[in-house]
Amino acid sequence: MVTYIIRRLLIVPILLFGVTVLIFGMLQFLSPVQRSALYIRDVPKNDRAVEGVIKQYGLDKPLYVQYWKWLVGVEDSKTGERRGGILFGDFGYSRVASQPVADLIRNRFPNTLDLTLWAVAPVILVGIWLGVQAAVHQNGLIDQAARIFSIVGTSFPTFVFGLVVLMIFYANLEWFPPGRLSDWANRVVLSDEFVRYTRLLTFDALLNGRFDIFLDAMRHMILPILTLSYISWATFLRVTRSSMLETLRMEYVTTARAKGLPEKDVIYKHAQPNAMIPAITLAGFSIVGLLGGVVITETVFTYPGIGQAAAEAAAQLDVVTVLGFALFNGFILILSNLVVDVLYGFVDPRVRLS
Amino acid sequence: MAQTTIPAGDNTLLRESSSLREIGRIERLLGPENYRIMTGLLKTPASILGFILIGLFIFIAIAAPLIIPPVRANDPYSIPRDGFSPNPEPPGSAWERNVPDLPFWYEPIMRSDQWVHIMGTSTGGYDIFYGVIWGTRTAFKTGLIVVVTTLLIGIIVGSVSAYYGGAVDNIIMRIVDIFLTLPFILAALILAAVITPKFGKSLMPAIIALIGFGWMGYSRIIRGDILSIKERDYVMAARVIGVKDSGILFRHIIPNAIFPTLVLASLAIGDVVLSFAALSFLGIGTEIGYADWGQVLSFARNWITSLNTYWYIIVFPGLTLVFFVMGWNLVGDALRDVLDPRMRGKA
Repeated sequence: MVTYIIRRLLIVPILLFGVTVLIFGMLQFLSPVQRSALYIRDVPKNDRAVEGVIKQYGLDKPLYVQYWKWLVGVEDSKTGERRGGILFGDFGYSRVASQPVADLIRNRFPNTLDLTLWAVAPVILVGIWLGVQAAVHQNGLIDQAARIFSIVGTSFPTFVFGLVVLMIFYANLEWFPPGRLSDWANRVVLSDEFVRYTRLLTFDALLNGRFDIFLDAMRHMILPILTLSYISWATFLRVTRSSMLETLRMEYVTTARAKGLPEKDVIYKHAQPNAMIPAITLAGFSIVGLLGGVVITETVFTYPGIGQAAAEAAAQLDVVTVLGFALFNGFILILSNLVVDVLYGFVDPRVRLS
Repeated sequence: MAQTTIPAGDNTLLRESSSLREIGRIERLLGPENYRIMTGLLKTPASILGFILIGLFIFIAIAAPLIIPPVRANDPYSIPRDGFSPNPEPPGSAWERNVPDLPFWYEPIMRSDQWVHIMGTSTGGYDIFYGVIWGTRTAFKTGLIVVVTTLLIGIIVGSVSAYYGGAVDNIIMRIVDIFLTLPFILAALILAAVITPKFGKSLMPAIIALIGFGWMGYSRIIRGDILSIKERDYVMAARVIGVKDSGILFRHIIPNAIFPTLVLASLAIGDVVLSFAALSFLGIGTEIGYADWGQVLSFARNWITSLNTYWYIIVFPGLTLVFFVMGWNLVGDALRDVLDPRMRGKA
């Protein structure tokens, strides 16, 4: 197990290096003047100022010099202050949001995390349950329904589905609005008596004892959660169904049946735990995916998470901001994939040895 | 090749006991395994429905100028605008400005010699029907370009990686891993945003972005297939008689490894079109008013609160996109069953 973890840890720096190179490579599509936007906070007064920035950060130097300065930043010769440097969390300055990209991410990420935490259970548990049911009743009514559902589900683009549920539940029924909070709730949250303990809105609302705000926040999250569930269910269903079918054909399951165990125990105690391994991997990756910000879902529902911010910046061609989000996303994905892999090693002993 | 010789005389017993069957020309051309894949696809009801949907869209794409003639002949992809009103107009409202010529089918079917907006108009007087019909061409164009290019890149990368193995394989596969780190849509979004200033607003940024982050899957599949074929005896034989590396790779290995990937890739057109539409929905890619489904749908973003009145601005283009993707998915689903190794050897 230890060697497995060590082996897995060794890949992390390589992946981190690779992702920074990939994103740095994309930066190279821009001219030095455009790249100087990384470090400029106000509209520059004249061209000389831009030239100064280009000189200071070596934007006209060879690639490896630029890459290094991009990683660690440069020290101001007068004040000794370090400026720039993605390794120190300085991802540049966002033109669209007029604040540093790092601050923008800090403001937006709790919303994405909040959504992820509430979406995990419906997305994963229901998806797996559907898959198990489809396999147990293979070719039965549930299976056929599940099959049709999964084909229709994978064919319905996220944004079309999102628009349709908005049409039904917001425009027609006025039950679930898009956005994050109603105006009255937002005023309370911004006021002084509302303490931001965790920065996760639903949890803060509960900790402050404001159940009305909690409900309002949930009301805004129902449609995104519904959309996320629906896009993931089809995949979970398919994966769980096929691995469950395979397990049900194994000899130890036949043995269990031959011993005279009730069918319920055979399925849920003997077969299901072993059939869950692929579904667990998938679950890991989908949590990671949710954490990275779900660009389209957040955009359709104007939910202020990091995915929506990235999409907005991209539409306005604010490349610095977009690349900042990409970096953050890459870091999160690499680290949480590591966690998933290690956990996976605990669940399935075969993985450790391969 | 091996000719089945049947002994002379009365062979009825032999014929009945050994299941000799006629091998058609197509089967001989494709080989038994590929032939099984093909017939498997043509026999499932779901995939037949899929083929019908795909065929319908191919027909629409080819016949687009006959279905609704372009208003400006040299710029058929810009959706004609009936005025500049921000409010959408419902289906059936009269078409007043920028009216296209009447096609031959219009009078007999619609029983009128005046164009109406069959699916209504979206914000800014853009005709939705025109966008849906000509958007079909955009869909096939982008889908084909992206699929062919990603497939080529994937084949080259995957086969080089598998054939040389060792360090080369290791390095290439790590690069593939790195490209796979970022979620596909986010990565494509970023690349498209970075290159848009270079190309201007057009189809190119989104196409390049989808290619840039779309080739990795194929290279993995091809690599796996080649790894299994490279150990076959005929490859060894070719090596023994001194065929060059590139000759072995391109003449002996790839032709034998490629068929499943080709089928898989051709069905990926649905996914590519979906991702392309998602990018243009997010505001990346084409100029406003370009006939492309994502673009037409993105008009709806300004009317979220009144979608109960303006339902047609999402329902028609949305359904078009859903049917298009579903056509490819139905065939793809049948293909997955056929390619499932557990099904191999069954008729």
